[in-house]
Amino acid sequence: MNDNFAQRIWEDNKPAVIAVIVAIVGVLSVVTVVPETEQAVVVRFGEPVRVFNRFRPSADFGSTGAGLVFRIPIAERLVRIDKRVLSVDMERQQVLSTDQQRIEVDAYARFRIIDPVRMVRSAGTTERVGEQLQPILSSVLRQELGKRTFQSLLTAERGQAMKNIRQGLDQEAREYGVQVIDVRIKRADLPDGTPLESAFARMSAAREQEASTIIAQGQRNAQIIRAEAQATASKIYADAFNKDPVFYDFYRAMQSYVVTFANPKNTGQSTMMLSPDSDYLRQFKGKANP
Amino acid sequence: MPLIVGAIALVWLALSTTHMVGPKEQGIVTTFGKYSRTIAPGVSLTAPWPIESVAVVDVTSIKRDSIPEGEGEKLMLTSDRNLVDISYLVRWNINNLKLYSFQLADPDQTVKEVAEAAMRASIAEVPLTEAMGGAGRATIEQNVRNRMQAVLDAYRAGVLIQGVEIKKADPPAKVIDAFQKVTVAQQDAQRELTNAQAWALQVTAQAQGAAAEFDKVYGQYKLAPEVTRRRLYYETMERVLANNDKVIIAAPGVTTYLPLPQIAKKAPPATEGGTQ
Repeated sequence: MNDNFAQRIWEDNKPAVIAVIVAIVGVLSVVTVVPETEQAVVVRFGEPVRVFNRFRPSADFGSTGAGLVFRIPIAERLVRIDKRVLSVDMERQQVLSTDQQRIEVDAYARFRIIDPVRMVRSAGTTERVGEQLQPILSSVLRQELGKRTFQSLLTAERGQAMKNIRQGLDQEAREYGVQVIDVRIKRADLPDGTPLESAFARMSAAREQEASTIIAQGQRNAQIIRAEAQATASKIYADAFNKDPVFYDFYRAMQSYVVTFANPKNTGQSTMMLSPDSDYLRQFKGKANP
Repeated sequence: MPLIVGAIALVWLALSTTHMVGPKEQGIVTTFGKYSRTIAPGVSLTAPWPIESVAVVDVTSIKRDSIPEGEGEKLMLTSDRNLVDISYLVRWNINNLKLYSFQLADPDQTVKEVAEAAMRASIAEVPLTEAMGGAGRATIEQNVRNRMQAVLDAYRAGVLIQGVEIKKADPPAKVIDAFQKVTVAQQDAQRELTNAQAWALQVTAQAQGAAAEFDKVYGQYKLAPEVTRRRLYYETMERVLANNDKVIIAAPGVTTYLPLPQIAKKAPPATEGGTQ
């Protein structure tokens, strides 16, 4: 039914339909849309002649030249180039630091094409630029990091190293009309195998040492507490008993007799032999006190 | 026939000129690809497609990136060359839709990569204990957030980092045993200490008790020394002698034989079933 409908329009207005189609094709071959995210290089017979929507740092979006652009059909061709900040990832690689430590590094660079004409002449397409930059990033990074010690790779000095790498890469990248905005290390790891295993071993050993130290310290502290308690107790006893050492001797002897001879746990185990002259039996004799 | 064409044209006009933007959203209007304006929540009118087109994006909702995705181990080097297993969460949203739309080729991926670089740089600045400890964690989170924001601002990404949260900062699985030994040692040491303290309390309390008892008795003794002394003596002797056998040797020079049967009586009885 739809076919019939289209057919009928076609049959009825043949010249008009042809005119409309020709007009659309004509307009499309002259007018093209360049979005905000792209720059377009017009290439006339293989030679770049002008650029639409070229990146300028000061231009705000909406006033950059994006939108409808015109070109001469057939003679001129548009090469579209990304205008945004692009990324190139470096493949993971091992770097040897000055102190002969291996470290595995993952890095990325962020760049932008600022000279589309040069880029079209040197690399051709946006993808090719990334491919060209990757090995340069690798070699600049290895060179720069290889000058540093393992420790400085880990910490604050990274900032300066990254700046040098960015500058090094930027210099090379200008050949392709590219500005390098930033280079960053995503990961810096110990390689699998011996370096990683020895790091684990070192960590374990350190923890085990810590554990023994903690136990030793705990025992020492406990001993100190016990000794102090003994000293305190000793002083309490001395203070009390020193008031009358003679009475203390008597009193303590009495306590001791009870514990030794009148212990409820083993009563009747001893046989006491008493002389009638003993102090206890003094009254046995029935005499008046002297 | 013209009626149908007209209706189609009308629907097309209505659909491509009115745009609903939700309360959390904003829209970017482009005229033939060129940025024209940003539209706020509500209903907006634009020129019909293909002249103007609108991309509506949720800008206020917080996006959460969990790194690493899943439960894998992510080891990072600390300043003392130890390794720590980190997983963290980055919360961010779009604070400038125009920049977010046009500035970076892949803003979402960029946020993740910047987070990773910032986290590693921050962890590499602190020793292991700080990376794992509670107090150091807040500082690291703040550092990572600041670093990320600085880098993203330099890229003009139009992204606002709301916060970074470290979900996990543990020792690597391979050395977790050794770390547990430390915990066990700490508990042991603590127990040792508690025991010693309890013992110390007992010893001092005993001393105080004995001293107090002595003081009381001594107080009485002071009031009537001779009587008290004798009373204590007799009381003690009573208890001692009442519980034991007594032999009184009547006169000096008389040899006394121990009453052996009596001693035998006291000895523990021989086991009767011994022959079995």
